[in-house]
Amino acid sequence: MNGYNFAYLDEQTKRMIRRALLKAVAIPGYQVPFGGREMPMPYGWGTGGVQLTASILGADDILKVIDQGADDTTNAVSIRHFFQRVAGVETTTATTAADVIQTRHRIPETPLRAGQILVFQVPIPEPLRFIEPSEQETRLMHALEEYGVMHVKLYEDIARYGHIATTYAYPVKVDGRYVMDPSPIPKFDNPKLDGNPALMLFGAGREKRLYAIPPYTRVESLDFEDHPFEVQRWEHACALCGSDHSYLDEVITDDQGGRMFVCSDTDYCQSRRGEVA
Amino acid sequence: MKKPVLERPVLLDVQGITRLYGPAKGCEAIDFQLHAGEVLGIVGESGSGKSTLLRVLAGLEAPDAGQVLYRRQADDAGGEDAELDLYAIGEARRRALLRLEWGLVHQNPRDGLRMGVSAGANIGERLMAQGQRHYGQLRASGQAWMRQVELDPGRIDDAPRTFSGGMQQRLQIARTLVTRPRLVFMDEPTGGLDVSVQARLLDMLRTLVRQLGLSVVLVTHDLAVARLLAHRLLVMRRGQVVETGLTDQILDDPQHEYTQLLVSSVLTP
Repeated sequence: MNGYNFAYLDEQTKRMIRRALLKAVAIPGYQVPFGGREMPMPYGWGTGGVQLTASILGADDILKVIDQGADDTTNAVSIRHFFQRVAGVETTTATTAADVIQTRHRIPETPLRAGQILVFQVPIPEPLRFIEPSEQETRLMHALEEYGVMHVKLYEDIARYGHIATTYAYPVKVDGRYVMDPSPIPKFDNPKLDGNPALMLFGAGREKRLYAIPPYTRVESLDFEDHPFEVQRWEHACALCGSDHSYLDEVITDDQGGRMFVCSDTDYCQSRRGEVA
Repeated sequence: MKKPVLERPVLLDVQGITRLYGPAKGCEAIDFQLHAGEVLGIVGESGSGKSTLLRVLAGLEAPDAGQVLYRRQADDAGGEDAELDLYAIGEARRRALLRLEWGLVHQNPRDGLRMGVSAGANIGERLMAQGQRHYGQLRASGQAWMRQVELDPGRIDDAPRTFSGGMQQRLQIARTLVTRPRLVFMDEPTGGLDVSVQARLLDMLRTLVRQLGLSVVLVTHDLAVARLLAHRLLVMRRGQVVETGLTDQILDDPQHEYTQLLVSSVLTP
């Protein structure tokens, strides 16, 4: 497209972001500040993820964009179109075919392979923010590994609900050092962070922070000895593909109380149906 | 009454602490020693520098000059240095010390409590910071400590903001003492409470101090509080210590003219 640099951002900006990414990969889970740019979309729509994707995208990369696991929702479609226009890269909906996957809220059900990069859109990168409003203080707490307060939140959950009621943005400890907010993915996806062969990058546009989990890194979800970490389970199987092990969305089908449970990962669901048929 | 042991080891050695915000604003050249198991009261009028001194002692504000030395028993130190210079050790160690071996009770419980989380989480926070990861045990110690400070253990899941001022102060004390600190700093612990609540709180504090063998530095402007709790007194005026001695001696036979003024201005009903 004329008038734009490849993948929208100018080369200096991409270089700055790549430099920050290298630092983030070198210190797993550590939040690296970067000079976030204005993107042609509002904050909260994935400006952080888009900037990261723009800086790592090559001309022959194949891009996949998902929003809540689906390839056909507004956010996914608009970001995919954006990169088609400003970078002219090939796009796909198949997890296995993609080199770079930008995601909001999910990690694909299909296991990722080495060489793939998963880019997360992050609204609030700081896991300690809910209890400590001061940025200076939270940075100091990270530096000194003062993570006792993270368990205060989990304690509060159990005291109130009888179990750990945090179901998304569930805090994890990366490589035994930094406590990290894995962006609002459901805790169902937390085990997939651990030892994943793909590189995982997290970008927060409004807060101008990025962080990373390098391939094959140890990622533990925080918990109590007598209330261990558990993922969500469903009594149903996917109504379309019959999967009993994927993350399901409840879809209301009419105003008579009709509902169905379907895979939130549309590509996974479709490929399973293709195999069955 | 038990006679005090005279050979108690020195726990806190304060040498020439100066922290001035301006001429005679703050505290200047303060020296004293705090022995293990002792309650030291710092009294003086508003603006005399007592709170500044406490902030410096408690590791919250670096002094312009002077040293705060913390002497640990060799068996407590676990192979580490027996003597720590509070402002020479790194920030990481200082904060760990404040969290694990020391405690600070604020005048306003809102400064010392997390108002958004339940009483149990407040009491458990220091334990969780020490690495305790068993919910059942955290809860049990939460309830035990609520009983210790005469709060209803049934209210363990209530938020502190539903507690009265006196109850919040008790909760703050429980939250501070749960890790069994050796040294506790208290800044006007009974300020802002009505007299009957104050009396019960003081009674409870006195019992806890004796039971746990705490060493306390207590800042107060209320001489009655000082008489009840403190073994020894430091009288401050315009940033300087004007008189020190045993509590009863100072209150019954004040030598310095300012102390005489202070003692004579107490209202007796």
